[in-house]
Amino acid sequence: MNDSILKIENLIFEYAQYEDGENVRAVDDVSLEIERGSFTAIIGRNGSGKSTLAKNINGLLLPTSGTVYVNGIDTCDESQIWEVRQTVGMVFQNPDNQLVSTIVEDDVAFGPENMGIAPEEIRLRVDEALKAVGMYEHRKKAPHLLSGGQKQRIAIAGAIAMKPECIVFDEPTAMLDPSGRRDVMNIIKDLNKEGITVVLITHFMEEAASADRVIIMDRGVILADGTPQEIFKESDKIREINLDVPLAVNLADRLRKNGIDVPQNIISTEELIEWVLS
Amino acid sequence: MGIIVKNITHIYSEGLPHETTALDNVSFEINDGEFVGIIGHTGSGKSTLLQHLNGLLKPKSGSIIVGGTDITDPACKLRDIRRKIGLVFQYPEYQLFEETVARDVAFGPKNLGLTEEETEMRVKEALGLVGLSYDELKDKSPFELSGGQKRRVAIAGVVAMKPEVLILDEPTAGLDPKAHRDILDMAEEIHEHEGNITILVSHNMADIARLCDRVIVMDKGHVALAGTPKEVFSDEKRLTDIGLSLPPVSYLMHRLNERNADIKADIMDIDAACREIQRFLGEKG
Repeated sequence: MNDSILKIENLIFEYAQYEDGENVRAVDDVSLEIERGSFTAIIGRNGSGKSTLAKNINGLLLPTSGTVYVNGIDTCDESQIWEVRQTVGMVFQNPDNQLVSTIVEDDVAFGPENMGIAPEEIRLRVDEALKAVGMYEHRKKAPHLLSGGQKQRIAIAGAIAMKPECIVFDEPTAMLDPSGRRDVMNIIKDLNKEGITVVLITHFMEEAASADRVIIMDRGVILADGTPQEIFKESDKIREINLDVPLAVNLADRLRKNGIDVPQNIISTEELIEWVLS
Repeated sequence: MGIIVKNITHIYSEGLPHETTALDNVSFEINDGEFVGIIGHTGSGKSTLLQHLNGLLKPKSGSIIVGGTDITDPACKLRDIRRKIGLVFQYPEYQLFEETVARDVAFGPKNLGLTEEETEMRVKEALGLVGLSYDELKDKSPFELSGGQKRRVAIAGVVAMKPEVLILDEPTAGLDPKAHRDILDMAEEIHEHEGNITILVSHNMADIARLCDRVIVMDKGHVALAGTPKEVFSDEKRLTDIGLSLPPVSYLMHRLNERNADIKADIMDIDAACREIQRFLGEKG
């Protein structure tokens, strides 16, 4: 990989469990590079270290040992932490915990304002960000009157307005209804098409299947790393570590067990439909 | 023991500029022992409805009769409502507060005025039902447990009240696939063991299709559709219009059926889908 936006070297992250407890190692010697402009999904069970890894990417957490580089900048370099945060935006699971203002457009402006950007430029960025997530018409509304999916789109707009090169999404659709989930996933894909590097942590295997690359975390280490086709081909291994496979992979497996020769590269519902009808 | 919801209307901020009718003349019935799903997009009125079912909100008009008692009657004691109806909120683990698991689960039964012995029995039974070991966990702090375990402890706290109606609001949100399956298996087991009415609110259409005897679909404060999962999930257009979707298996079968009418569309479980595709491929040769 020649152009990495993120480079993680032997990252170890430990946190102390309660007063007298031993340290828990949430991330255990992980090395990883993320290519600029790519779309990477990280899957793994609860407690596998996914979110801890994500928070290390933009300096919300700092490594116990090892180094995280964002565009070549060490996240431990305090003098450049704002540069790091500006490069990598984060969107979390619960939109209610991420919105700070009583008016949508103020909320989106919060980040750029803190960066000391000129008011005219902020205006431009806020409008652009709200249009990108399809929420421009709602700019004067109060966030609490919006649906969960709409609130999550505002949170994404807030991240976009910082003009990050990379956005880390930590289970952004976990609390959303089906249409909210669809909208947010479409926005994530569009952002990636426009060149933003996307890291998506998810429990939904269908979402992971739409990435270019899938990483499986388990007990703080990277268990597997490859294209969705490569990863979901090993469906037995995936089930062993308590994860799921996309529906199409599951169905293809069952058909194969009954002696039907389904091609290995089918991982999405659309691909399965085409194959059945061909 | 059944639930009769009759012409419930609820208006937020009545008389103010942002007045919203959250429930508009909603009526439905739930029969004894049923496992019922409630689905609807955010803002459809689901949460407002749930809060009426356990007496947190009172309707502007209409009544809710649970096992012959009108819980909307001002004379009806809240404690009696809570005894009948247990509501497990979203992310219930945030509500754990006691120093030990046993004391946290005991909080509800104790407030019902049960004796120490009775309470302990309830705690043991409830922890068993949510798949946790009483002996191993009773003296632990709930905050030392994993996310999935915390959620089980929180659910045990409601189960220990032995409610005749158990309402689970998005019980699997944020859980990994294994913990997700475990929680739903648990809900089924509790339902069988207690013979209660279970109401599952979920955005996961596959879970609703698999578990529920009947589904109530909310939209804009109305009951938009109600029926068996098969009936409800046959109306794809209506569901997508109101921001919902088909379970993934049904979605696949509908797409296949659209392009080749030989393939049956009304299939919701994966085994049946597998058989149908196999039959089609076999006949196609």
